[in-house]
Amino acid sequence: MREISTQTIVDAVKDTSIRANLELGDDVIQALESALEYEESNVGKDILQKLLENAKIARDERIPMCQDTGVAVLFVELGNEVSVKEGDLYQALEEGIRQGYKEGFLRKSVCHPFTRKNTGDNTPIIVHLDLVSGDKLKIWVVPKGGGSENMSRLFMLPPSAGWAGIKEKIVETVAEAGPNPCPPTIIGVGIGGNFEQSAILAKKSLLRSLGTPNPDTELAAMEQELLEEINKTGVGPQGLGGRVTSLAVHILMMSCHIASLPLAVNIQCHASRHLEVVL
Amino acid sequence: MGKEYHLKTPLSAGDIEPLRSGDRVIISGTIYTARDAAHRRIMELIEAEKELPIPIEGQIIYYVGPSPAPPGRVIGAAGPTTSYRMDPFAPKLLELGLKGMIGKGKRSKEVIEAMVRFKGVYMAAIGGAGALMARAIKTARVVAYDELGPEAIRELRVENLPAIVVNDTLGNDLYVEGQEKYRILDA
Repeated sequence: MREISTQTIVDAVKDTSIRANLELGDDVIQALESALEYEESNVGKDILQKLLENAKIARDERIPMCQDTGVAVLFVELGNEVSVKEGDLYQALEEGIRQGYKEGFLRKSVCHPFTRKNTGDNTPIIVHLDLVSGDKLKIWVVPKGGGSENMSRLFMLPPSAGWAGIKEKIVETVAEAGPNPCPPTIIGVGIGGNFEQSAILAKKSLLRSLGTPNPDTELAAMEQELLEEINKTGVGPQGLGGRVTSLAVHILMMSCHIASLPLAVNIQCHASRHLEVVL
Repeated sequence: MGKEYHLKTPLSAGDIEPLRSGDRVIISGTIYTARDAAHRRIMELIEAEKELPIPIEGQIIYYVGPSPAPPGRVIGAAGPTTSYRMDPFAPKLLELGLKGMIGKGKRSKEVIEAMVRFKGVYMAAIGGAGALMARAIKTARVVAYDELGPEAIRELRVENLPAIVVNDTLGNDLYVEGQEKYRILDA
């Protein structure tokens, strides 16, 4: 067994949560630059340029790219040869977020559902844990903002809906969201599994870097077709009209019950924060 | 792109009425932040006929919950939040003389109608450009509900804060017009 101390985990999560919120990934920057060439609307071009400028200011001046530094979502792969020493894995992840959000001057955006009282330290966190083989602990810190999350949808479609039905629901979801999730967006799609699994797949699909093709060529073709359909809606940057409504569509798919065709659409704004650390 | 206007708060109906959807506005002066929880509290005070913590008449409310100010800065990132959540409260505030709202995303039919009736405008700032927007904010001071953290009401002094007029006093809607222009309909 390989031993990893909880302190190592706390420090790694703290550092990763700060960097994720201050440094927009090169994949998104490249996608915004490509979008700038494709966009026809002058207002749209101006917005894309300002988003690039915003990313530079955030990185250089060490402030968050967006004030909504989100709920902290963590995807964790724990190797079966790893033993966490001096405490509990979940508590270490949470402590890392607590320290990162305090020391990084990130916004605390978590509250009681009814009283709306802020918990004050951006906890609790949301953890998706996978047990894998090996002696590594891999953690993705994925801060997720409320504006784009609010526009996300889950559909339990009849199997007869098929690809045509799936396509219609996804395009409809993006069109109805319009300006609300701060387009240009990235559309995470989960197909199959069951009710909760489709949503987790949709969110997990956002971990893939923009510009990296889906390893499944059939899904890659579906992603391309969906992106073209979405960009016909005319929503455009910030919903003010234009060619670039979304930068990419990412799909993850798995088998499902013979009675079901679950579909989850997780909308992600351009501040697509997903940073991984391997311990 | 539309015309460009410089607005200085407080505003009169005369400042607002020439603005049309698609115009660019550059705002300077004092504006107030309020989002979900602060709106709920303001509405409770209005219903109880109690004094409000901020002036409403002639003012602009910016829907924002900034991130904390790191040492040496007046504010952290400060981009707009989605506006529809404030829709249930906005008509009443417009009736009380609110002249401008800054946010992002669509407004309800009721809010658009109230802007026509009471002469107000809704302006969009760039969602997700919080670091850039913060540059226009020169001072920030919590004036109410400090315990709400990011949702507290802040008085901001801004210089040249950029926004785009989405809904004007004639009922126009840039989100509808802009998207129609670029929509591609399959034959």
